[in-house]
Amino acid sequence: MTIIATQSLTKTYNGGVTALSELTVDVEAGVIGLVGANGAGKSTFIKIMLGLTAPTSGDVRVFGLDPVTETDQVRARVGYMPENDCLPPDVSAAEFVTHLGRLSGLPRTAARERASEALRHVGLYEERYRQIGGYSTGMKQRVKLAQALVHDPDLLLLDEPTNGLDPAGRDAMLNLVHRIGNEFGISVVVCSHLLGEVERICDSLIAIEGGRLLRADRISAMTGASDVLAVEVSEGTDELAEALTQLQLTVSREGRLLLVPLTAESDYDAILRAVAELDLPLHRLDQRRHRVAELFTAKETADV
Amino acid sequence: MSDAGVIHDIGYQRYEGPRLGRTAVFGAIYQHGLRASFGLGRSAKAKIFPWLVAGIVLLVAVINAAVKAQANIILFDYFSFDDTMSWLVIFFVAIVAPELVSRDMRSGVLPLYFSRPLRAFDYIGAKFVALATAVFLLLGVPQLIMFLGGAFTTKNGASGVWNEFLDLLPGWGYSLLWAVLFASISLLIASVTGKRAFAAGGIVAFFLMTAPIVGVLSILPSSTAQHLAGLASPMSLLTGVQSWLRGKNDLGLDVGDFGVIYGIELFCLVVAAMLLLLARYRKVASL
Repeated sequence: MTIIATQSLTKTYNGGVTALSELTVDVEAGVIGLVGANGAGKSTFIKIMLGLTAPTSGDVRVFGLDPVTETDQVRARVGYMPENDCLPPDVSAAEFVTHLGRLSGLPRTAARERASEALRHVGLYEERYRQIGGYSTGMKQRVKLAQALVHDPDLLLLDEPTNGLDPAGRDAMLNLVHRIGNEFGISVVVCSHLLGEVERICDSLIAIEGGRLLRADRISAMTGASDVLAVEVSEGTDELAEALTQLQLTVSREGRLLLVPLTAESDYDAILRAVAELDLPLHRLDQRRHRVAELFTAKETADV
Repeated sequence: MSDAGVIHDIGYQRYEGPRLGRTAVFGAIYQHGLRASFGLGRSAKAKIFPWLVAGIVLLVAVINAAVKAQANIILFDYFSFDDTMSWLVIFFVAIVAPELVSRDMRSGVLPLYFSRPLRAFDYIGAKFVALATAVFLLLGVPQLIMFLGGAFTTKNGASGVWNEFLDLLPGWGYSLLWAVLFASISLLIASVTGKRAFAAGGIVAFFLMTAPIVGVLSILPSSTAQHLAGLASPMSLLTGVQSWLRGKNDLGLDVGDFGVIYGIELFCLVVAAMLLLLARYRKVASL
């Protein structure tokens, strides 16, 4: 199902700055990564989808609705988590999320129930009656996510959800986004300038640069079958490399790792058997996809 | 089929219930704003000032009613009560208006509001009605106490109560004018800055600065200047409107034949303040 469709979408600000130029893209339901450097036009794209600003030319449809003329219908089905700090310090998370639920049109009791639910799903159930001012950055990000979720949208627009989080917090946030996309049945657009971060959790990727579409595709199509197995043994790395080469596998070394491209189904078992036969202490066996970043860099250099 | 006593992780549940329209959203902002005006749902610190002002105003009303009942001395009637309390009203709006709008601006919460199905008009309209209601309650409830005091001590039975009530109604109307004018001006000033202290200072300064201008104009030799002097300040503007509507010229301000101009200015001021607020929030709403 197509949830977002744009047709040569262009946005030029008054000063003559072009934020988006001729963007044409069809987005399928799922978890979508919207990647690009700062100033690439990600936030402008989100604002246009929310009907906060009108496109200069071109056409945009969210769930088949025009955000410019059918703003309220679009907004009722979309949850938005902004990048900046947007929480009042002197109210409790429960009260704040309830209030925003009511602003989305939920009746009072429903808003209260949904607020508790949303805060439970983001992992703030115990702390929900504490004032937001006393929360850590990670907890604040969760409150921002909960308020986007409170009115049960069909689409979440998350602008840099991992901003300011430590590595553990990033992982937790990304896992949560992944769960929302896969278990809750809500499509998610995740904006980020860190490609490596979103590729882990996304079904498809849209890359924009300077307001232009760089590439939009499903992650599986981008990476294809070019999976790589990383093998680490604590000793006998050389012997293993030799054994694998004899099995007609191309082996490359990366530090203490052996990287073996998987070309056939049986390769995986063959590698395992080789390790077992040599009786080596296996440390790590890691199936890696090609990092999408490599694809982008390859394409960019090819363009030049 | 589920066994009793087993806790199930029910997972995420979709919301199938009703979704209300913009009227309900307006109501939600209004209710939230009115509660915030008196610090309800906020910390104890936020309750101190509004309730201090409300307490003083109530105390004055009780004393007034008591003195009238015991000694039959009328300190204030329903109209002069509002005029006398003007400073407290100024302090009240100076604290509450920034609480309603500057606070949202400071915490950056507006993008969350305006990414939902509501418009700039809903937001600022609901805030305005909430603040106007708060100011009206601040003045109207003490007036009601004065009325009750008068009604229970009247010597003329039911007709005495009825006459007292007929005095109260225009008094309430006058309080409503105060509420509308002070709410619109103070919200406009507060919407300029996200810093609550600056907004409060700006509001007090605006109302304070205009008072001396009236004083200067009213001692000019020209009688037209004296009649129009009250236009310069919101407080004397309201007194002028009162003397126009009641046809009285003994309220400390002689409006002569210019009463209608006071009425027009009051209307124009409120409309202009609301339009400016709307323009300001149209811009904010588009982020």
